[in-house]
Amino acid sequence: MIQYTVKRVLKMIPTLLVISVIFFAIVNMTPGDFVDAKANPNMSAEKIADLKAIYGLDKPIPIRYVNWAKNAIQGNFGDSLKFKQPVTTVLKSYVWNSFSLAAISFALSLLVAIPIGIISATKQYSAFDRTFTLLTFISISLPSFFVALISIKIFSLDLAVLPIGGMTTAGSKATGIANFIDILKHMFLPVFSLTLIQVGSWVRYVRTSMLEVIRQDYIRTARAKGLKEKVVIYKHALRNGLIPIVTFIGMSIPGLFAGAIITETIFTWPGIGKIGYEAILNRDYTLVMGFNIFMAVLTLLGNLLSDILYAVVDPRIKLK
Amino acid sequence: MMENAINKKSKAGNSKDKDQIIETPGQIVIKRLLKNRFAMLGFGLLIAIILFSFVGPLFVKYGYNTQSSNVKMPPSAINILGTDYLGRDMLARLMYGGRISILVGVVSVVIEIIIGTLIGAAAGYYGGKVDNILMAITDIFLALPFLPVILVLGSLMSDLKVGSEMRIFALMFILGILSWPSIARLVRAEILSLREQEFMQATEALGLKDIRKIVKHLIPNVVPTIIVNATLGVASAILTESALSYLGMGVTEPIPSWGNMMTVANKLADFQKRQWLWIPPGICILVTVMAVNLIGDGLRDALDPKMKR
Repeated sequence: MIQYTVKRVLKMIPTLLVISVIFFAIVNMTPGDFVDAKANPNMSAEKIADLKAIYGLDKPIPIRYVNWAKNAIQGNFGDSLKFKQPVTTVLKSYVWNSFSLAAISFALSLLVAIPIGIISATKQYSAFDRTFTLLTFISISLPSFFVALISIKIFSLDLAVLPIGGMTTAGSKATGIANFIDILKHMFLPVFSLTLIQVGSWVRYVRTSMLEVIRQDYIRTARAKGLKEKVVIYKHALRNGLIPIVTFIGMSIPGLFAGAIITETIFTWPGIGKIGYEAILNRDYTLVMGFNIFMAVLTLLGNLLSDILYAVVDPRIKLK
Repeated sequence: MMENAINKKSKAGNSKDKDQIIETPGQIVIKRLLKNRFAMLGFGLLIAIILFSFVGPLFVKYGYNTQSSNVKMPPSAINILGTDYLGRDMLARLMYGGRISILVGVVSVVIEIIIGTLIGAAAGYYGGKVDNILMAITDIFLALPFLPVILVLGSLMSDLKVGSEMRIFALMFILGILSWPSIARLVRAEILSLREQEFMQATEALGLKDIRKIVKHLIPNVVPTIIVNATLGVASAILTESALSYLGMGVTEPIPSWGNMMTVANKLADFQKRQWLWIPPGICILVTVMAVNLIGDGLRDALDPKMKR
C-alpha cells in the first residue's frame, strides 16, 4: 500500500509538469498582459516597456516558462502582480475562507442526504421516495448562479434579513463573539446555496448504494432469522451501504479547498475561487498559474485518495 | 425483426405459448422507459422545451436582435415577457437562447463521445504501450481543473476579439475536448472485459481487421453506457455553458443564450426591480437540465440488465 502510494505520488510529477506547460501556453497566448490591462493612456511607451521588464514580461514564452518552473519546483510561484505578494501567501490567506464555506455545506449536505437516502431506499417507490427523488433531480439540475441570485433576491433584498455578500459588514470593528456572529450571518446564504446544489447527488449516492445492499442475500437471511427491520437496516445493511459513501466522502475532501468560483464570486465571499476568477479577469498570470496548479494538485490528490480508499474498504481490490 | 417473426409463428402454432412472448432487448428497454414516470416527465418537459425553442420563433414576430424604443418594459400584451435594455422582446430572445443552449450542449457532447469512445476503445483493445500512453493523456486531461481552464480560454477569446458566432463553435469544442476523459475511461474498462469474450475469438478466427473488430463488434456493445453518459453529459454541458455565459465568458451578445441573458442580474436595479429579465432564463435552464437528467437516469435504469421490476 505504501509502495503504491509513493509510486502514484511520483507519477503525479510528470502529469503536473505537462499541465503546467499547457497552462503556461494558454495563459500567455493572451495578447494583453497585466501591464496592458492596467496601463492608462497617460503612460508613455517607455514606462510600459520598463514595467514589462520588471515583471519579466518582455522575454519569449519558453524562457519565461523555464524560469517559472525552476522557481515553482522550490515552492516559489512568483509574486501576484495585483497583490504584490507571493502567490503562495495569497492562496494561503484565502484558502481557509473557501474551506470553511465548503466544509460546512459539505457536512450539512451529508447530514440531510444520508437519512433521506436511507429512508428512500428502504421505502422504494413510496410517496416519500418519489417526492424526494423529484426534489433530488431539481437539486442536481439547479444552476449554481441561479440559486445564488434567487437567494440574494429573496433573503437579502425582499426580506432584507441577511447581508448581500462579503464576509463581514463593511467598516465593522466588532471582535470576538459579535464578529463571529457577523461572519455567520454572511456565511448563511452561500452555505445554503452550496448545500442546495450538492445535497441531491449525495441523496442519490446513498439511495443507490443502500438499494444494492438491501437486495443481497445476507439481508434476506437477517430478516429470515427474525431480526427486527430496524436492526436489519441500521445494523446490517447500513454498514455495507455506507462503504461507497465513505470513499466518495474521502475523495471529495481535497475538493473542499478548491473554492466555489461562481458562488463565491456572486456572494463576494473572499475565497480562493473568487480570487482565482478575478486573477483571470485581471490577467494576473502568476496568480492564475499558481491557482490552476493548486487546483490540479487537488484533483490529482482526490483521484489518488479514491483509488486508495476503494482498496482499503474492499479487500478484493489489490493495488499494484 | 426475426424474433418478432418467430414470436408470431409460435403464437399461431401453439396457443399455450401465448404468455411467453420473447421481447427484443430494445422492446424491453422501451417498455421499461414507458413505465418510468420520471423518465416520461423528462421526455414531456424536453419536448415542450424543444418545441418552444425551435418552433416557437415561427409564432413570434420579433427576432432575437429586433430592437425597439420600448426599453425595459414589464410584461404586457405586446411583449408577453417584457423587453430588455435595447427594447428586444424577451420571449423571442428566450426562444432563440434555448436553441443556442441546447445546440451547444448537444454538439459538445457529440464531440466528447467521439473522442472518448475512440480513445477508450483503442486503449482497451490494444492494451500495452498504446494503453499506457493513451491513459497518461487521459489522466492529464482529468486533472485539468475544468472551470478555471474554460474561464482562461474564455477570457483569451475575449482578448482575441473572437466574434459572437465563432465563440459558439469554439465553446462547443472546448467543452467537448475537456470532457472526454471520463467517457474514455468507461469505454476502456468495458472493452477490456469484452475483448476476452468468445465472440471476439470468433472475429479473430474470421481474420477481421482491427478497425472492423473495434467499430463493428466492440463499440456496439458499449453503446448503452455511451447513451446514458451522453444524456447526462448534455445536462452538465448546458449547465456549464450557462454559467460561462452568465460570467460573460461563453456565448456573447448579441446572440442570446439562457446564461448570458442572466448577466443583467449583475445590475442592481435590473436585479431587484426587473425580474422578468433574469428569472425566466434561469427557470428555462433548470427545467431543461432537469428534463435531460430525468431521461438519462431513466435510460440508465432501463438499460441495466440487472434491473428487474
